Amino acid sequence: MTQKVVYLDNNATTMVDPKVFDAMKPYFCELYGNPSSMHRFGGQVMHAVDKAREQVKEFFGAKDAKEIIFTGSGSEGDNMAIRGILEANKNKKHIITTKIEHPAVLNLFKYFEKQGYDVTYLGVDSVGNLDLNELSNAVNEDTALVSMMYANNETGVILPVEKAAKIVKQKNPKTKVHVDAVQAAGKIPFDVKNTDIDLMSIAGHKIHAPKGIGALYIKTGTLLPAFIIGGHQERGKRAGTENVPYIAALGEACEIAQKSLNYEMHEVKRLRDKLENGILERVYNAKVNGSTTNRVPNTTNIGFQYIEGELILLHLSDLGICASSGSACTSGSLEPSHVLKSMGVPFESLHGSIRFSLSRFTTEEEIDYVLKVLPDVIFKLNKISPYQKELKALEEKFRK
Amino acid sequence: MWDYTEKVMDHYKNPRNVGEIENPSAVGEAGSLVCGDALKLYLKVDDNGVITDAKFQTFGCGSAVASSSVLTEMLKGMTIEEAAKITNQQIADALGGLPPQKMHCSVMGHEALEAAIANYKGEDVAAHCDEKIICTCYHVSEKVIREAVEENNLTDLEDVMNYTKAGGACGQCHSAIQKIIDEIKNKKEKVDIKNMSTTQLVLKINNVIEQHIAPELRKDGGDIELVDVKDNKVFVSLKGMCKSCKFSSNTLTNFVEASLKEHISPDIEVVEV
Repeated sequence: MTQKVVYLDNNATTMVDPKVFDAMKPYFCELYGNPSSMHRFGGQVMHAVDKAREQVKEFFGAKDAKEIIFTGSGSEGDNMAIRGILEANKNKKHIITTKIEHPAVLNLFKYFEKQGYDVTYLGVDSVGNLDLNELSNAVNEDTALVSMMYANNETGVILPVEKAAKIVKQKNPKTKVHVDAVQAAGKIPFDVKNTDIDLMSIAGHKIHAPKGIGALYIKTGTLLPAFIIGGHQERGKRAGTENVPYIAALGEACEIAQKSLNYEMHEVKRLRDKLENGILERVYNAKVNGSTTNRVPNTTNIGFQYIEGELILLHLSDLGICASSGSACTSGSLEPSHVLKSMGVPFESLHGSIRFSLSRFTTEEEIDYVLKVLPDVIFKLNKISPYQKELKALEEKFRK
Repeated sequence: MWDYTEKVMDHYKNPRNVGEIENPSAVGEAGSLVCGDALKLYLKVDDNGVITDAKFQTFGCGSAVASSSVLTEMLKGMTIEEAAKITNQQIADALGGLPPQKMHCSVMGHEALEAAIANYKGEDVAAHCDEKIICTCYHVSEKVIREAVEENNLTDLEDVMNYTKAGGACGQCHSAIQKIIDEIKNKKEKVDIKNMSTTQLVLKINNVIEQHIAPELRKDGGDIELVDVKDNKVFVSLKGMCKSCKFSSNTLTNFVEASLKEHISPDIEVVEV
């Protein structure tokens, strides 16, 4: 493969920032000590962990570095928060989440539903927005936990988690609020200390740190039992010798992400909008899925009507373009995206939905290249579709 | 990322015979927009029943387009009778194989072909609508599941999902699908007893007696013993309570013989000694 890769699948994972890679390198062959050791060789490594925790604290906008626990992934943070809160509140049997969560949360809620929990799954409207009244009505005396995502991985639509947390606490101050912030991290500013959010999880590999590291924010005063029982590491909540190089990487990635927020919210957004508008101007059977006003700046989800997503991805891949699809065929399961289905996206768009997700490393030339080659791919595939009449109608409407 | 063969990639990149045939001799459709894949197959057949042209339009993934494309290539030059013998496995083979989760694409090609042939013969397409639907999510009929199981020797639920998509969504039909698999499996295990050695047959009969017949009789204080087997005749003796039971002849034909017939062969005859 000598072809240049245009990577527009940053919601799946990101490139490790070379600066982040530099920050982790010393902790393999040089500073390889155990942070728990008594000797200075290990002790200096502890400083690296402390520094990273401070960087991650700043990133979350938390009050105290003690509120940060390093985890192995976003899914682990979600599990640690949700399982922990339920274990600490065994007498409460009602939990709330949304229908559009990542499987890391959704499947965990389904698991607890089978265990006998009463679960409320909040729906979304046609552009992916939540009804806060529905949330308010759902919270009761028996509600142990509300878990919702900050931004949706497929559409980029932002959920009003701060307002939601406030509403939850007004209804029941004892109900805990967990936010899966994996897809919002590095794309919008966090200020968790000034919110009612109790727990918030992120994953390193979505913000240019390596795969295999994440963090969970636990507000001071939140009772959470140990997730991994063993040594004293991570305040005894997650035992096991610290993954120092990856922790250092996450710290660095968080600091860079915070400094890059302005670029992300303006420049990345400009490129995303250029891509989205460019496609809508050129392709008659293209339609945006989800809100265009209430989104993280890097994501667009476009439904190409009457053609199928995997086929589009395969053809784009041949041109070096990486994206992803909510189509059933790409997942190995037979079911198309539960997120788009919850929004009521019609089947002709649902199966042909493509997510493009940019990063601060995406260039203008890359977007121009996609806009140059993508329309012809779509028009070629349109010719194979059995829905010629429907496509013709869309084309005529577009020309008018 | 799917592990597609070079042939599959060639066919989805450069699909053959895309489009409609004007005034076709037959049209066959399979799948739907809701299911995520749909295929429309057009055939032109000459007076001798030879397929002179085949074209397709497909809504679906790479392997769905490749299956449709390769099918049109296979069909050209065949007679309708020859075409009717094409199986979904042959479509997959022509592509150098498909990933297991994508076998349903070859099944869809086969379904559209069947529909086109029925259409050519002037058979009532509406008759197909009366078929019993097992999977309502993907609208998969009992007939399609049976054919897929029989032709491809499918042995479990996951296979059936991969080949037909049936059961892939809500899961309510899983037990119905399992029943079809079990039934076909049972039927297959029934072999012609003439081709078995006496020892094989005795072992098989004894197995069925021990597993399915004796436990039931023992519940009522009876028992059964296998005495001899000659050709299709099975000689047994009833023991315990069964011996003195006035319904024993009833037990013998309605239960013992019926069980052996079901599990081994309909030719079996039971004789009490």
